[in-house]
Amino acid sequence: MSDNSMHSGIVSPKGIWWVPAAPQERKWVIVAFIWCMILFAMMPLWHLRGGQNPSGIRAKVSAADYEARVNRFIEEHKVGEDKGVPIVAPPPGSDVYLLGRMWSWSPILKLKKDTEYTLHLSSVDLNHGFSLYPVNINFQVVPGYDYGLKVTPSKAGEFSIICNEFCGIGHHLMVGKVIVEE
Amino acid sequence: MNSISNLAAKFRTCPVTGLKVDRTAENLIKVNAVVAVVCLLLGAVAALLIVLTRWQAVHLLPAEWYYRLLTSHGLNMLIFFIIFFEMAVLYFAGPVLLNCRLPAPKLGWVNFGLMVIGMIMVNTMVYTGKADVTFTSYPPLMADPMYYLGIILFAVGALLVTFQFMATLVVAKKEKTYEGSIPLVVFGALTANIIAIITLLHGALIFIPAFLWSLGLMNMDPQIYRLVFWGLGHSSQQINVAAHVAIWYLLAGLTCGGVVLSEKVSRAAYVLYILFISMASAHHLLVDPGFGPAWKVWNTSYAMYLAVLASMIHGFTVPAGVEMGLRLRGYTNGLFEWLRKAPWGDPGFSGMALSVVIFGFMGGITGVTIGTEQINIIAHNTLRIPGHFHVTVVGGTALAFMAVTYYVLPLIFQKRVAFWGLAKLQPYLFGIGISIMGMGMIFQGIFGVPRRHWDITFSGALFPVEFHPAVTFFQAVMGIGGIIAFTGALAFILIAVVTVFFGKTVTEADLKSGASGLPQGVLKLPPQVHTGAHVVKAHETGARGTVVLVGIFFVCFVLYYFTNWKILSFLWKVG
Ligand code: HEM
Ligand SMILES: [Cu+2]
Repeated sequence: MSDNSMHSGIVSPKGIWWVPAAPQERKWVIVAFIWCMILFAMMPLWHLRGGQNPSGIRAKVSAADYEARVNRFIEEHKVGEDKGVPIVAPPPGSDVYLLGRMWSWSPILKLKKDTEYTLHLSSVDLNHGFSLYPVNINFQVVPGYDYGLKVTPSKAGEFSIICNEFCGIGHHLMVGKVIVEE
Repeated sequence: MNSISNLAAKFRTCPVTGLKVDRTAENLIKVNAVVAVVCLLLGAVAALLIVLTRWQAVHLLPAEWYYRLLTSHGLNMLIFFIIFFEMAVLYFAGPVLLNCRLPAPKLGWVNFGLMVIGMIMVNTMVYTGKADVTFTSYPPLMADPMYYLGIILFAVGALLVTFQFMATLVVAKKEKTYEGSIPLVVFGALTANIIAIITLLHGALIFIPAFLWSLGLMNMDPQIYRLVFWGLGHSSQQINVAAHVAIWYLLAGLTCGGVVLSEKVSRAAYVLYILFISMASAHHLLVDPGFGPAWKVWNTSYAMYLAVLASMIHGFTVPAGVEMGLRLRGYTNGLFEWLRKAPWGDPGFSGMALSVVIFGFMGGITGVTIGTEQINIIAHNTLRIPGHFHVTVVGGTALAFMAVTYYVLPLIFQKRVAFWGLAKLQPYLFGIGISIMGMGMIFQGIFGVPRRHWDITFSGALFPVEFHPAVTFFQAVMGIGGIIAFTGALAFILIAVVTVFFGKTVTEADLKSGASGLPQGVLKLPPQVHTGAHVVKAHETGARGTVVLVGIFFVCFVLYYFTNWKILSFLWKVG
């Protein structure tokens, strides 16, 4: 149909149809292509310039090893307890460990504002979801994997950790806490 | 003589389109469509109950049943309803549109049997409480082995149908049942079919190990499972996209004589879908510990967003094709006369048009944004995710499937559509309802409200959490939208079931007199080929109205995208 006729999508095109598109269509393809390149460039750019990236330090870890590491961390820096959950105040700049299990987060972290920590996340049973409220930072917590993220709290106050990956019937009870001090 | 009466038994001639219709293919279209609707009913009842649970003001179900019905809803909607319907689409796009016989007709029934058995096994496991794992079944969460086996049987059946479709193309080519190249709609179905094969192989790669793991015969790494599962799970969404875009082109032609602007551009866009499809898994894993940034950036963008480019192309060519079709039929005044005079009372057209707008405008923009590596940090597993996919796979795919049903009923089932007045309203009810619900979910997600969560008041939890007061409002938006969408789905089911089982058969007289229950494209098929002086004129004018519409779309896209980067930049530093 290389002549001037037009047909619908249920008609077999005859003859050679590999011909240049009309100007409007061609222009739209170009605009869309440029936009796609911008969309792509934004991600590497944010790694260079932006402050929020899900890169992290990533490693495999067994459930038993991770739990032992968390327990050691709690012993070393425990400063109190809230409803049976240990409160831990690690030194600025240190590695901080959080453990997810059905259906709790442990320990409660006491951090300093504007200080960088390496926050390690893992689970000893199922997948869980780390969701910091109300900041709205979300990471997947996968058993067998240690996800170490550099975080710098920018505001003082009390924050909640919600679980946002389905982890069984008590999923909605799984709430933890982070306290940030000036 | 004998062979002629044999032929007559195998084929009938369609009085509207003049196509020769293979009777086995026709029967397979019918049974697959009917089972699809049964699954839709199961899924819709679950939908109503879970949306009324998520709306905390109602909070209907106990926790156990919320998660169970959530599992049932995901499976029956996303897997069973959609895939059974796609099987019907393949039997239609193959033998019917190519005017040829169905090869290995008996195999068609075996496939259908496997799929039905699989579907029943899975539902039995879910409803007896042996598979409370949601449709993603992430290990170490484990279901009964029969659950995985059911999924495997279903997938094998579907895989065989895709092979049968390939065989149909070979038969049609060999027996010369069409001239030139296959029509664009068939090409779209072929794309869906190829993607389906890739997808179902990923499915085998993950569900066979999962089955063995559930029997205690092997280990399963939770992160590898997530990777391969989404190779199945997201690629299958690309089957849906390819299939519903093919339906857009089909309905554009049938409802208003919409044309293909450029075979080259539209087909090239389809090929882009095929090339980059296996990378789709990544955008589910952007905040997972198992993968590094380079892998995430490259894969989530489907190699520099070339699959997005494909969707943006179809998002232009479909409405522009409709505009040209209507301009060719005389609606040439101004920018938008064609749009005002379009057949909005034909549910085949309104459903298609709404599907294009909801999928492209809401689904596309939100999807590209939250699938950006860093922006995913503020979206992962929040209600923004179901908000997004209810405006893609529901407002886009499911609605397109509903729209085409209004043509399948008279053309294949040869029945007049029952409750015609309701049918005219149905796409609006469903489309608008699901959009409202999607918005309600997306805004809650922006406040951090999690998906798959029974109780966001956290009663009984160790520490209290209280959401922003605005969440209460968006909860109501979600609830009300959900109820409207449910009503729309129920109306569709009612219309389809009553038409199929109690509908009046279409007669020649009905076609002549313009009886009710027949969409206008069936009563008087618009010209599918246009020639003459007015075509030259149309080439000159082009699709000016569509240019304005995609311009608006583009501005919204850019604004939404950069607003989200801005929101992200307010977060704690993390990396
Ligand atoms: C009839 C209108 C519908 C309504 C009112 C509705 C409502 C809902 C609600 C409230 C959820 C739960 C969100 C959550 O708590 O996390 C949900 C989840 C979901 N819906 Fe729908 N939905 C509808 C139609 C559909 C259709 C047609 C499909 C697929 C084609 C679909 C696919 C899904 C999927 C895959 C999930 C996720 C399940 C999970 O998280 O495990 N929905 N829907
Ligand atoms: Cu959890």
